[in-house]
Amino acid sequence: MGDFGRKIERFLEVFIEKNGYVRVLNGLQNTLLIAVTGLLIGIVIGTLIATVRVVPKYKRLPRVLNGFCSFYVGLFRGTPMVVQLLVFYYVMLPILDINMTGVQVSMMVFGLNSGAYISEIMRSGIQSVDPGQLEAGRAVGLSFHTSMMKIVIPQAVKNILPTLGNEFISLIKETSVVSFVGAADLYVAFSYIGSNSYEFMVPYLVMALIYIVLVMLISLMIRLMERSLKKSDRRN
Amino acid sequence: MIDVIDLKKSFGDVEVLKGINVTIHKGDIVVVIGPSGSGKSTFLRCLNCMEDPTSGSVIFNGVDIADMSVDINIHRRHMGMVFQHFNLFNNKTVIENIMLAPVYTRCQELSKARRKNAWLGVKNRFASADKKEEPVPITTTKAKIKEEAREDALRLLKRIGLEDKADAYPSTLSGGQKQRVAIVRSLAMNPDVILFDEPTSALDPEMVGEVLDLMKALADDGMTMVIVTHEMGFAREVATRVLFMDEGVIKESAPPEEFFAHPKNPRLQEFLSKVL
Repeated sequence: MGDFGRKIERFLEVFIEKNGYVRVLNGLQNTLLIAVTGLLIGIVIGTLIATVRVVPKYKRLPRVLNGFCSFYVGLFRGTPMVVQLLVFYYVMLPILDINMTGVQVSMMVFGLNSGAYISEIMRSGIQSVDPGQLEAGRAVGLSFHTSMMKIVIPQAVKNILPTLGNEFISLIKETSVVSFVGAADLYVAFSYIGSNSYEFMVPYLVMALIYIVLVMLISLMIRLMERSLKKSDRRN
Repeated sequence: MIDVIDLKKSFGDVEVLKGINVTIHKGDIVVVIGPSGSGKSTFLRCLNCMEDPTSGSVIFNGVDIADMSVDINIHRRHMGMVFQHFNLFNNKTVIENIMLAPVYTRCQELSKARRKNAWLGVKNRFASADKKEEPVPITTTKAKIKEEAREDALRLLKRIGLEDKADAYPSTLSGGQKQRVAIVRSLAMNPDVILFDEPTSALDPEMVGEVLDLMKALADDGMTMVIVTHEMGFAREVATRVLFMDEGVIKESAPPEEFFAHPKNPRLQEFLSKVL
């Protein structure tokens, strides 16, 4: 047990005296930045794809778009996140001759990747809304687009909020691979502390703890949001 | 007002409507009856192109709305529709349900007029003096539109005695209340005609009366209505014309007295003997 006490001492030494906490805060910021931007981009892309997939396909344009969307979803669900990160960072960027930092690439890849997953979540959400809702919107003279935005998607989002929360949580946890492209996230910060104190047990324990607290906070947030969206269900 | 010419509709290989010809005049109250599967609902849904007709035309106020190149949304604003399952917007309160379409369409027109005026300002600068165009007069604002729509909605709610439910969500209403709100929601657009798709079929028996009373009141106001229903008593009392549909065609069309007293078509005679 005395051994463990010494380990904590060494961790605290690097964490506080050698400014380890700055790296940790910076890593936390990057982790949250990547997950939140990824989720936001993902929601936009996912909603667009889901809408394309539920549009009636009499005409050519929706059919072509639908084909493209299936390809997109297949591509991003069919490869691991790490592979996507590596391909973007080491293949796409040099070919297109663009300069981007690891964090920027991660935000983009996380957005594109979660877009593929969220599109499926969103599609099930849209299909869970009674088709009569869309019909009623069309019947009072609103366009397909307006009826979707004002009537169907708000109800769909309410239905899929728990699943969307899951997606956000798994995004947060998946950010631990962004060090592959040189983005400094929580994992990078704690392994720095570990290698500077020659002691990995405590840093990684603390890291795990931070992830758990993050995820718990997010679950709480989602529950509160759900409750406020539920007001149209409540009978009074 | 509505001219239906040789309307046909198929779902895949199944031909549901096999050539319908009807003319509906202003102030008509046309009730459509028939056995289930006869195409009554499909016929009604083709009138405002909720189902796109396979062939034939629906001439509404001089425009063939079955033509795919027509902007159907503009014409649907003059054609209310009431559904069997009410279809109130669940994420909106009662008053928002009524206000949504009028506010949205009027705001859209306002923005369009503003855009046009802005463009005219640029154009007039380069036009010779005699070619300058007058800007569209804008007399309203978004806030004003909303206020007017709210007053209008409250007036409509008062008419059906539900003004205290204005801020309630549809899930808190009874079936009859929902259907009455759905009817005034379509009224809020000041439509030329309202289509009713079995408006009382999903209601508890004791709530049917309140909905029918509202529909009778509308009829007395001179609203043009097309009603698919199984309420024979209502058809007899309110209709100006009753249509009998079977196997995708209109088998008989007559004023209610003659329709119920002296049916000519043998299929209609059989149908009436079963339901009356």
